[in-house]
Amino acid sequence: MAGLPLRAEYALVIIGAGPAGMAAAIRACDLGVSSILLIDRERESGGILNQCIHNGFGLHWFKEELTGPEYAERFAAELAKRSITLLTDAFVMEVDSNRRVAVLSAKTGLVVVSATAVILAMGARERTRGAIRIPGDRPSGVLNAGLAQKFVNQLGVLPGRRAVILGSGDIGLIMARRLTLEQVEVEGVYEIMPHANGLNRNIVQCLHDFGIPLHLSTTVVQIHGRDRLEGVTVAPVGPNRVPQLMHARYIACDTLLLSVGLIPENELSRQMGVALDPVTQGPVVDSRMQTSLAGVFACGNVVHIHDLVDFVSAEGTLAGEAAARFIQGESVAPDAIRLRPGAHVRYCVPHSLSPGRTQTVYLRVDQPLQRARLKIGPNEVKVLRYAFPAEMISVRVIPPVLEDVLSSSAETTTVGRTASQVIWDVEVHADE
Amino acid sequence: METEERNDFDVIIVGAGIVGCALARELSRYQVSVLLLEKNAEVGFGTSKANSGIVHGGHRAKTGSRKGSLEWRGNQAWDQLHRDLGFGFRRCGELTVAFNASELEILNGLLKEGVRKGVPGLELWDQATLRAREPALNPEVIAALYAPTTGVINPYEACFALAESAVANGVILRTQSAVTALERSAGVWCVQAGVGRYTSRYLINAAGLYADEIGRLAGTPLPPIHPRKGEEYLLDKQCAGRVERVIFPCPDPVSKGILVIPTFDGTIMVGPTATPVADKTDLSTTSAGEAAVFAGAQRLVPAINPSSCIAGFAGLRAVVASEDFELTVESERGIVHLVGIQSPGLTAAPAIAMEVVDLLAMCGMSVELKHDFQPALPPSVVFAALSRAEQMRLVAADARFGQVVCRCEQITEGEIAQAIARGARTLDGLKFRTRAGMGRCQGGFCTSRCMALLANAAGSSLEQVTKRGEGSWLVCP
Repeated sequence: MAGLPLRAEYALVIIGAGPAGMAAAIRACDLGVSSILLIDRERESGGILNQCIHNGFGLHWFKEELTGPEYAERFAAELAKRSITLLTDAFVMEVDSNRRVAVLSAKTGLVVVSATAVILAMGARERTRGAIRIPGDRPSGVLNAGLAQKFVNQLGVLPGRRAVILGSGDIGLIMARRLTLEQVEVEGVYEIMPHANGLNRNIVQCLHDFGIPLHLSTTVVQIHGRDRLEGVTVAPVGPNRVPQLMHARYIACDTLLLSVGLIPENELSRQMGVALDPVTQGPVVDSRMQTSLAGVFACGNVVHIHDLVDFVSAEGTLAGEAAARFIQGESVAPDAIRLRPGAHVRYCVPHSLSPGRTQTVYLRVDQPLQRARLKIGPNEVKVLRYAFPAEMISVRVIPPVLEDVLSSSAETTTVGRTASQVIWDVEVHADE
Repeated sequence: METEERNDFDVIIVGAGIVGCALARELSRYQVSVLLLEKNAEVGFGTSKANSGIVHGGHRAKTGSRKGSLEWRGNQAWDQLHRDLGFGFRRCGELTVAFNASELEILNGLLKEGVRKGVPGLELWDQATLRAREPALNPEVIAALYAPTTGVINPYEACFALAESAVANGVILRTQSAVTALERSAGVWCVQAGVGRYTSRYLINAAGLYADEIGRLAGTPLPPIHPRKGEEYLLDKQCAGRVERVIFPCPDPVSKGILVIPTFDGTIMVGPTATPVADKTDLSTTSAGEAAVFAGAQRLVPAINPSSCIAGFAGLRAVVASEDFELTVESERGIVHLVGIQSPGLTAAPAIAMEVVDLLAMCGMSVELKHDFQPALPPSVVFAALSRAEQMRLVAADARFGQVVCRCEQITEGEIAQAIARGARTLDGLKFRTRAGMGRCQGGFCTSRCMALLANAAGSSLEQVTKRGEGSWLVCP
């Protein structure tokens, strides 16, 4: 087979060359990992950033505002400086429990490579019409916002002329603006929840600035059109999100974009037997981004859905570092503190902490809260003026050293204990 | 562009659903010229692609009815067709369950009827057997009738393969050719279809939902067809509540009820509803239908959960008042009407095809077998189904099989190219031939790639690619 010859063995195989995988590869390489294979199914590295041509990326990581392709390009340039093997247009078919990775590409054929450590960085996919089961016809013109973004930004074609957007996720908001700029009429954005699902800055910059209405507590209840979409029926929802059909109205449109959530792509993880969190739908990870399988790490949207790519890069860096230490045989004490989502906390990542180190905890609340106090274990760690489900909270914590963790936990009655871990509840309380 | 092509035939078939395709393929064994007309962009795009995909066991339909005789005969024909044509088909067996003594009584009746018809292998399974062999079943089920003769089939693949085989054996297929006028004069049928005008000695009305309207054009009063909608929901491959066999509730007089179907491709499908509708184009799913389907399915298999749903769709049964197949032959006018071919019409289609050939022979058509009939199609590559070693060999021989296009179902560019070469013209046609876009992301990632490959093959552009034919454009023309 002509083209790229792969080795039989790599110290590190990273699946997915989006922002998470690229950051992980760079960090592992800088820590001395000599053979790294970075695999992606697309033609180029960068993942979904390549179609996100709007700006707003990099404010945390680079301290400046970049477009998606610019952000990806910076990492790609760093990758190119290092001896990292990047295999694109390639598909990982299977990873077995001995970390043997079966990879398929036209360039290499179907080959199986062994890895000392594996990093999962496959990203996410969008929820579909089928998943939310909108009743009605099945015409063309009903598509996910991400596909519409690809049509407009990468293929130079328009998905339609008059669009309704269901769901106020960030991609939907970004596409509302993008389509408007391309002279597509955007009738409005409809959100079943009583609050928006995207970042506030996107509500302002993508909807308000363009006069696009956002209808909260309203959803699409019927799709009309035999061949091409002709219209949708929308209705407000009452308590328990039940549509109030007496207030339904018809909107003529030829395009319905869905921006109703992202789902981490964990088919490989599941096949390998990695333990998944039912809420995030991503792997359970420790404070070093190691999954339930030793030597298998995960980072980015495959673990939980991020709002900002900057945090994805941070997580990728962490995973790259941990994988390097694992490959170099450094022994790491297992995390002594298990985190458990408590009051108003939908989930938190990582799922455990180690004592005596600075670590970042990401979490989401389950409803909008004002003047909220974030408590992790025995400590109040942050006071938040506002907390929204759509905006991920990140907080740096330094748990005390092991002895103090154990002794403090013994003093509090609310803390349970497993064989090797104490449990810290993560809670957000509104200050009423 | 078809100006100098043949337009006179021995037989014209109106409608390329499963019945029309099976008939075209059956007729292609004989020394007769055949034209198969279809109004949609591809064959099987009506009722045939939107049903439960079951080859029924043969023990259900009443003896003495047309359905009763044709169902079992059809059932027996599918193995050979599957071997020759390679579409997805597996005899997985079925269980019809009883929750109480009166339902058990009905199962005993079905068992007796089946045995009398000669359907082999029927057994009553008790709770212990059910627990061991179908553990996801509701533990409150007290017994079930097991029929090993039931199978699951990909009905759209069967249509594509039957039509492809027919064409390979000389049948002419014209899609996007809705019949708008029929005239009989001097022993010849004259058919206006789409932009074409054709003549034939014999005409077969296999128009499914529209058979009554074709009857009207032909000047034959036929019983009106009342569409009855069936909604079905497809679940993710990873869903809980997996079953090995098709699970039926105890039948009621109106329908077979809501089933749990382990499809050939490894998904679970639940449905169908049975709701009369007025409009023959109403393929909408409904909240009520969805609720009924999941309630019905959960009663059989409690672990089934709507949250694992990846797609829903609806199909329309072509129902006539008699609830039986009506095969009407007008021998002096050379026309056969196939009316009311709804469930178990898919099962019976090969038998209906053989029956129609007999009817045409009675009308005077010569039934000389061809000497060069080719029963088998070249096999299609399904990359994901090959062994690792076979996959390695194939990729080495053709690099297009190394390029995965649909990640959810692991469909390669080689398979897409193969499907286009074998007739796929629309995004749905590609999806139903290869499963690209049929998985959990529902085409979110592969749609643009599939569109590009269709456009390249046709020498056209993305704007000209459609979902399922005229009007269903995907990006702004």
